[in-house]
Amino acid sequence: MAVCIAVIAKENYPLYIRSVPTQNELKFHYTVHTSLDVVEEKISAVGKALGDQRELYLGLLYPTEDYKVYGYVTNSKVKFVIVVDSSNTSLRDNEIRSMFRKLHNSFTDVMCNPFHNPGDTIQSKAFDGIVSGMMVQTA
Amino acid sequence: MAGSQWELPPELCCRPMAFVALTGLDVVYNAVHRAIWDAFCANRRADRVPISFKVLPGDHEYPKCRTKRTSYEWYIPKGILKTGWMNKHLNLVPALVVLFYELDWDDPQWKEKQSECATKVEIVRTSLQGRNTKVAVVLIQKKTPLPPGEDLVASERAQALCHSCDLSGKSLFVLPHTDHLVGYIIRLENAFYEHAQTYYYTEIRRVKSHKEFLNKTTHQLLFVRHQFKIAFFSELKQDTQNALKYYRTAYSLVHELRAHETNMLEIKTMAGFINYKICRLCFQHNTPLDAIAQFRKHIDLCKKKIGSAELAFEHSAWMSKQFQSFGELFDEAIKLGLTAIQTQNPGFYYQQAACYSQDRKQLALQLSTPKIAGASYPSPDPLDTQGAGLDFYGQRPWRQGQQSIDPPDAEKEKTGILALQIKERDVPHSELIIALLSNAVAQFKKYKCPRMKSHLMVQMGEEYYHAKDYTKALKLLDYVMCDYRTERWWGLLTAILTTALRCAYLMASIKDYVIYCMELLGRASTLKEEQKSRIEKNLIKVLTNEVPDAEPECDPSSVSAARSLWNDRMALAGSNELTIEVQDYIPFIQCKAKFQSPSFHVDQPVQLQVFLRADCPHPVSFGKLAVSLSNQEYNQWCVAEWSGQEAMSLLPGKTTCYNFSFVAKTEDVGKKIEMTGIEVMLGGDSGRCVFVSWRGAGGDAASAHEALQASRCSRRWGRNIEARQELDWDSLTMIISRVPKISVQLSHQPPALTNEMYCIKLTVQSQEEAMAKDVKLTAGLKPGQDANLGQTTHVTLDGSKVCDDSAPSLLPDVPLGELKPGEKLEKCVYVKCVSTGPRVFLFHVAYSIDTTVEGRQIMCKCHKDETVTIETLVPFEVSVKFVSTKFEPLDRVSVDIPFLLMTDILSSSPWPLLLTSSSLQLLTVTSNTPQLQSQLQEVVLQTGECASECFCLRCPPQTNINNTVATGQYLLSWRRNSSSPDSPLIQTIVSLPHVVLEMVPLYIHADLPSFGRVRESLPVRYHIENRTALVQEVEMAVEPSDAFMFSGLKQVRLRILPSSEQEMLYNYYPLMAGYQTLPQLNISLPRCPTFSTQALKRFLPQRIFVKPQGRQLDDASIAAA
Repeated sequence: MAVCIAVIAKENYPLYIRSVPTQNELKFHYTVHTSLDVVEEKISAVGKALGDQRELYLGLLYPTEDYKVYGYVTNSKVKFVIVVDSSNTSLRDNEIRSMFRKLHNSFTDVMCNPFHNPGDTIQSKAFDGIVSGMMVQTA
Repeated sequence: MAGSQWELPPELCCRPMAFVALTGLDVVYNAVHRAIWDAFCANRRADRVPISFKVLPGDHEYPKCRTKRTSYEWYIPKGILKTGWMNKHLNLVPALVVLFYELDWDDPQWKEKQSECATKVEIVRTSLQGRNTKVAVVLIQKKTPLPPGEDLVASERAQALCHSCDLSGKSLFVLPHTDHLVGYIIRLENAFYEHAQTYYYTEIRRVKSHKEFLNKTTHQLLFVRHQFKIAFFSELKQDTQNALKYYRTAYSLVHELRAHETNMLEIKTMAGFINYKICRLCFQHNTPLDAIAQFRKHIDLCKKKIGSAELAFEHSAWMSKQFQSFGELFDEAIKLGLTAIQTQNPGFYYQQAACYSQDRKQLALQLSTPKIAGASYPSPDPLDTQGAGLDFYGQRPWRQGQQSIDPPDAEKEKTGILALQIKERDVPHSELIIALLSNAVAQFKKYKCPRMKSHLMVQMGEEYYHAKDYTKALKLLDYVMCDYRTERWWGLLTAILTTALRCAYLMASIKDYVIYCMELLGRASTLKEEQKSRIEKNLIKVLTNEVPDAEPECDPSSVSAARSLWNDRMALAGSNELTIEVQDYIPFIQCKAKFQSPSFHVDQPVQLQVFLRADCPHPVSFGKLAVSLSNQEYNQWCVAEWSGQEAMSLLPGKTTCYNFSFVAKTEDVGKKIEMTGIEVMLGGDSGRCVFVSWRGAGGDAASAHEALQASRCSRRWGRNIEARQELDWDSLTMIISRVPKISVQLSHQPPALTNEMYCIKLTVQSQEEAMAKDVKLTAGLKPGQDANLGQTTHVTLDGSKVCDDSAPSLLPDVPLGELKPGEKLEKCVYVKCVSTGPRVFLFHVAYSIDTTVEGRQIMCKCHKDETVTIETLVPFEVSVKFVSTKFEPLDRVSVDIPFLLMTDILSSSPWPLLLTSSSLQLLTVTSNTPQLQSQLQEVVLQTGECASECFCLRCPPQTNINNTVATGQYLLSWRRNSSSPDSPLIQTIVSLPHVVLEMVPLYIHADLPSFGRVRESLPVRYHIENRTALVQEVEMAVEPSDAFMFSGLKQVRLRILPSSEQEMLYNYYPLMAGYQTLPQLNISLPRCPTFSTQALKRFLPQRIFVKPQGRQLDDASIAAA
């Protein structure tokens, strides 16, 4: 399960970021922010090669000593980042993928809300719920 | 430098090379020896064999070899690896000792020299007692040796020498001291290298042979030691593949050791060494992935091996060093050609090393308990080893060689740990961390990770802050802040700002302090309300020249220092004014300004609005608001100042609007006025003045995005128009001229006709309330049209005569005087268009008028433009043709024979035309009638009507024939029928066509009445002229006709003298009424057969009208009736 989930706008500012409350929130912000380096690089590399036939899931962005950072980019260049504890070896690639897909679906629902202004931070209970379901449960 | 305890020993990090000792060389005093030595050491490039050479004296004492153990049965090892071992084999125990000796084969004292050499060899041998080190002898000779086998003396003496020195033949070399020194040296060192290889091979065998004596319970340490040694010898032998294999075995063995608190450090140290060797070799073998995998395994295995909790900082230090040295290895490999990628580069390892160093610092900080802080450094120093250093790597100085699970002396253990802890306290952790971070920054910069770089720079800044180097901290933080601001990561920005604010406070840097306060109070800050409230109070204190409260979480000792700094600052007079450019920040006051309209007429006041909004928790009052404009003269009108009664203050979250208006100067008409800056003055005269200044029309680092979001939002809700106004923060306005209050009307009758003086009547009527002065008219062709139109259009005010080509196409600034209110003015403008087609004419009426705007008297210039497009047409078409007197078309004109010129004038003008006269200007030909009179005087032609004229002309006789000649011009004077009688006449000139002249030899014409009457005599007289200079014989015959009877010569032959005329008279007597063909007259010139009757016939009338007999009263027919 994830320790931090973030949604980043096309212009690379955070639309939504949530981390496990027990840990240093700022550190996760930095982790997500620095991971954008890799995301940008991957997007530009893929953009050149394949054009629109793009795989949204970017895979493991980079490993740190303590966390694994995964990335996903929608066609409108909105980025999802999931940070997983390195010690959590039970999570496989497929599960990460399905987490991203769920996240994307829920994000699409948020965008479909006529009262939501694209580019504003996400304040949706439904989205919160989905994210909470994917986070490490802290008892 | 502290931390050196964790540095890897240099003998581990170097590349092991075979060690060969050279003896018997006197490199100081002997030039030959010096040259030999230089040839060995200089230019050791990669293509030379890897040997490290050392010059040693002949009687050098090599390390003593301990007696070989025959049994390990009772042996308990004291540690894994002795600290001196690697150095011993790298630098002290040679693989080969080479004895240099000067001796030529034909030396006269051969015997003595031979024995001296043998003695020297013996001395070396004794010193190497027990070692397998090889000995070789090199004879330095002056002479070039003969090819082998040819010098019998040499081979004999060589054998003898070998024998006396107890050397094998392979160990004796000859070095002729000649030109090719380097070549000989290279061959020599290759031979040395082989000897060294053999030596290390035997060493490996020797160490391997110990294995069978070892048992797994007591000799575990030895397993590791032996594998390490074999691997190291393999490296010396340059067998890196095997070395890697043995190191790997050693690595797995080291982790099989029983680990406990007392030997944890030793195990980790060795594991670190072996890991270093493995990674190094992997990079060397160009298998970087293996190196990374090994390193990961190493870290995973060792991460949890913290050891004693009291010395946990040691583990962090060690971990940091592991990452750092791997990073260095990686970096080294990259310099040698390896390519790294964004997600796998040395930067990550440096970063992690820094991370562990930070952990180490944290752990070290926890040592500041009273127990340790109060303790004095133990004496005697438990860490002191009497200058000898440690025997084994990774052991504690106070219990060296002990391998028991529990420390042998609990008291000693305690003081030892205490000593280590006290030492750790003094380590400059921040320096270490910063060095690692800056290494990482350099790497991430290289591998396109700007955000990672920024993050690390933040960490560096924070570390400088902890190290109390606030200036450097601020420099770094300030540098990266902007990145986070543009990327809109407010949480991170706030965190950085908070640190920066602390730095600014502790340095008592007022400007920085104010800037950071402003941004932390701003809308981008994620601080809580109470925090903001505290910061705002501090800001107000600074503004009123008081010392602000300390920032939380600051070091208490620094705070007191800072407080005194602040007091000093406050005491200092002067420098109380501060200007802060906030455009690139997100300050707590938002400011936006705009002109009410994109343009203002000069007689309207220019209006602009400034919107201010405070985002801080408490109201802010300010002293002054000033807008500066591109024309500074207006600035005085755009200032709002606190007047004393009414404080200017901004309520939190409320937008306040300030309106300014001013009257633009008349000189600025047509110019743009731009807002160049807005300034809000915080604080006041009593305390400190801070001018918060925005460039342009306000807005800050976050405004652009907010505006975009707002527009998206409103677009969605269909409030497009309002949104536009909201968004349009126009910083620019244009001053345009006053709206004219006059009417300009044009009356004319289009289309214009070519060449006529086309009259356009202009009526200007004033609707002004004051006198319009200096009225001027500019009229004519509008500039910017086809250039040819300028040449073919002429404008004049004088309609009494037709203007010539010198008249311009545009009449500028025609003064029309003054115009009283309501007065009307008329003016006619005449236009002559030489060519057809449409033209745009411009009528520009300018005047000046005095008006009053907001009590100010200004003189405005106004103008009104009127344009009209006029088509120009040709008024009529003139067609001209030549016909014979019989109205038959002529293709050529005969000389001296009359012919006719017919002109047709077809009007194509929509208006009736009055043709006043026409005339001919003849060339070559002359008029046949003495007084040529126009037949078209005062003729009015309606559209489509045609007027014709006919002139009888003749070509005079003395003209060159067979030539085309011009005939002249046809002139027409005309005007519009509707125009006044005194308007000028237009003369249109039509060129007459050219004609081809011809000469006729004979001309004949007939005199006959215009009609005949039945049964009445009709006399016809034919004149035959001879036009040639010869006598012409003419045959003439009249053919009979049914319609006529005639009398005269029916057939005649006659002669006509040159230029004379013959007359023939016939009396015709018509028999029938109506048009009758006259009897044919056949004429032929027998002398001139080419001449035909046909040519003459065209001169003769063919027919005549015959009237019936007239009725008379006395006529017989009446009688008959």
